[in-house]
Amino acid sequence: MGYSFPEEVLEHVFSFISLHTDRNAVSLVCKSWYEIERWCRRRIFIGNCYAVSPGIVIRRFPEVRSVELKGKPHFADFNLVPDGWGGYFYPWICEMARAYPWLEEIRLKRMVITDESLELISKSFKNFKVLVLSSCEGFSIDGLAAIAANCRNLRELDLRESEVEDLSGHWLSHFPDSCTSLQSLNMSCLLSEVSFSALVRLIARSPNLKTLRLNRAVPLEKLSTLLHRAPQLVELGTGAYSAEIRQDLLSNLTEAFAKCKELEGLSGFWDVVPFYLPAFYSVCSRLTSLNLSYATIQSPDVTKIITQCPNLQRLSVLDYIEDTGLDALSLSCKELRELRVFPSDPFVADANVALTEQGLVSVSEGCSKLQSVLYFCRQMSNSALTTIAKNRPNLTCFRLCILEPRAPDYQTLEPLDHGFGAIVDHCKQLQRLSLSGLLTDRVFEYIGNRAKKLEMLSIAFAGDSDLGLHFVLSGCESLRKLEIRDCPFGDKALLANVSKLETMRSLWMSSCSVSLGACKWLSQKMPRLNVEVIDEQGDLDSRPDSCHVEKLYVYRTVAGPRLDMPSFVRTMNQNPAYRR
Amino acid sequence: MDLNFKATELSLALPGTEDLPDNNTTTTSPNPIIKTTNKRPSPDMTPTETDESRAAPQPKAQVVGWPPVRSYRKNVLHGKKAEAETGSGMFVKVSMDGAPYLRKIDLKVYKSYGELMKSLEGMFACIIGLYSENEGYNGSKHAATYEDKDGDWMLVGDVPWDMFVTSCKRLRIMKGCEARGLNL
Repeated sequence: MGYSFPEEVLEHVFSFISLHTDRNAVSLVCKSWYEIERWCRRRIFIGNCYAVSPGIVIRRFPEVRSVELKGKPHFADFNLVPDGWGGYFYPWICEMARAYPWLEEIRLKRMVITDESLELISKSFKNFKVLVLSSCEGFSIDGLAAIAANCRNLRELDLRESEVEDLSGHWLSHFPDSCTSLQSLNMSCLLSEVSFSALVRLIARSPNLKTLRLNRAVPLEKLSTLLHRAPQLVELGTGAYSAEIRQDLLSNLTEAFAKCKELEGLSGFWDVVPFYLPAFYSVCSRLTSLNLSYATIQSPDVTKIITQCPNLQRLSVLDYIEDTGLDALSLSCKELRELRVFPSDPFVADANVALTEQGLVSVSEGCSKLQSVLYFCRQMSNSALTTIAKNRPNLTCFRLCILEPRAPDYQTLEPLDHGFGAIVDHCKQLQRLSLSGLLTDRVFEYIGNRAKKLEMLSIAFAGDSDLGLHFVLSGCESLRKLEIRDCPFGDKALLANVSKLETMRSLWMSSCSVSLGACKWLSQKMPRLNVEVIDEQGDLDSRPDSCHVEKLYVYRTVAGPRLDMPSFVRTMNQNPAYRR
Repeated sequence: MDLNFKATELSLALPGTEDLPDNNTTTTSPNPIIKTTNKRPSPDMTPTETDESRAAPQPKAQVVGWPPVRSYRKNVLHGKKAEAETGSGMFVKVSMDGAPYLRKIDLKVYKSYGELMKSLEGMFACIIGLYSENEGYNGSKHAATYEDKDGDWMLVGDVPWDMFVTSCKRLRIMKGCEARGLNL
């Protein structure tokens, strides 16, 4: 071909393209673009670690600096995926240690990572900078000690919501005195104490530290010491926010907070003693992000805080905020983008707090920039949902959890089909939706017809028949992830939409009515899907094809059936030809 | 703050059997009343499944993974509530003979005596070890004791872990020689 751009020019142009979806599109233009692109791709994102193998990734992208991997399906967060299911990082680190000596960043979500893997990371990559372990498990403090000791240029260590085996917390002292590169440290998930003196020394020699999230075990009495050493912090997660009532302690803390002129985000707040809340009032006007979802403080205290935060964009809070607090939020926080309200007492039928659908309606009225909602409540109505939808057509994420399964519109006793229908009708950019309450197949018809940008849908205790599932699979063009539990969906819809499944990342169905036979048939029809049946009762071989499977996880893959399954997980139609 | 003790009682009773707000008319009500049943079959739907899957009222006893709240979130709040409710067993003071100040730990975060001991050892830089019937505290210099609900000082390790957690009011790490004087 005569007149193509020189490679260097194309490479330079590509360097401005960072979104992996865009990069993927670029690589499809033609063979030479594919080649150039694969050599200069520095960041890869793999939404399902079993969709591809390490070998395939490394062969295609030889010069990667940053890897992001996700393992278990989302419902693992709610204990629906049995222990031992999979999501192991080890095979990845083994190959990457050899192939990517210049790797700088690893971000994992819902994966199992061992101390051995952590040690391998710490010793294999001379320029390693960023480790983010989100909702991971399988490692202990020892692994962290290895990271601390060996990663000379560590910039970010974020353990958000991981489960760490906390034998005894002496790992911070493994950071050598020469390590001054730390910018972000999130150890909020650690249960036991860390050495406070080591922590202070580490912070004192990290002038670029912007994010510090402490764990609950760091007592409030010590917080001001830390703040004095790091007044440049942008994000702070406190430890336990309680101490005996002492005026001098309050003054010290207030003074320490006042020195933090860059602070924009606060979190932590376990065990709050309200006496100490005013200590951080001076930073409220600057706050863009506030996580009070562990703070068991009552509505007046919450309200007092948020009415001082006019720049708040993200708020997480317990339902103690009540409707009155949400009213105040809607009046004070006009910049609000994201709201999450968690239940303080999720297992009790009767409301322990005065939080209803009204609170959410208020916020939808007052906060014009609101895009993302996660809301737990005990009652909802079609009219409230419709109002919310009309108020906020710019919603991109709407997750509603009415605590009681199959709860109807509490005013009319009808299903909530129309309400959710209004949501998908008005909110044309909706990407993520979680349903709850009493719902018939009709709501799925609305969703299939209207939710054209919907990428992730979560369904529980809803629908009447396969028609519901069929509406979704045949209608939602952008659907990538579908997770379903306890719905009367069976074989028909699944088998009528097999090719749809290859356009999605994954489908999860548990406690539905899908038969073993259908799983086998699906697997045979679609060789590039892994059809995993998870069944802890054992003895799948002797069951009739008509029996219902407990849990089904279907995902597209180019790596064939995985080889690391426990006994209670079976891939249908395991074809040895696909082993790599 | 109204602690609403009744509300925290776990029971297998079907919902709506205590107070009866209007909104409790789902399939989970004790008498599946047809007139308030959830589904209104719409005429254009072909019922492919019978109502079997929905007819049986679901017991209120916790459904796995519902509501979708992550376990670390549940623990934070329930631990707090239990502490407020019973006034004992959760956050307890720990003293060690000869140490200048006390510590406080949350018993709820440990699942076994082993975990507790490890943590105490780390905190006080001492070796306690687990108590065993034959060897006592295995020759170590310290023994862990606790004050129970009745005000008695007991050796840590005698009773099942769960019982210990609810009855322990405070912990004291004694010098080994003194501990041997305790009823062995």
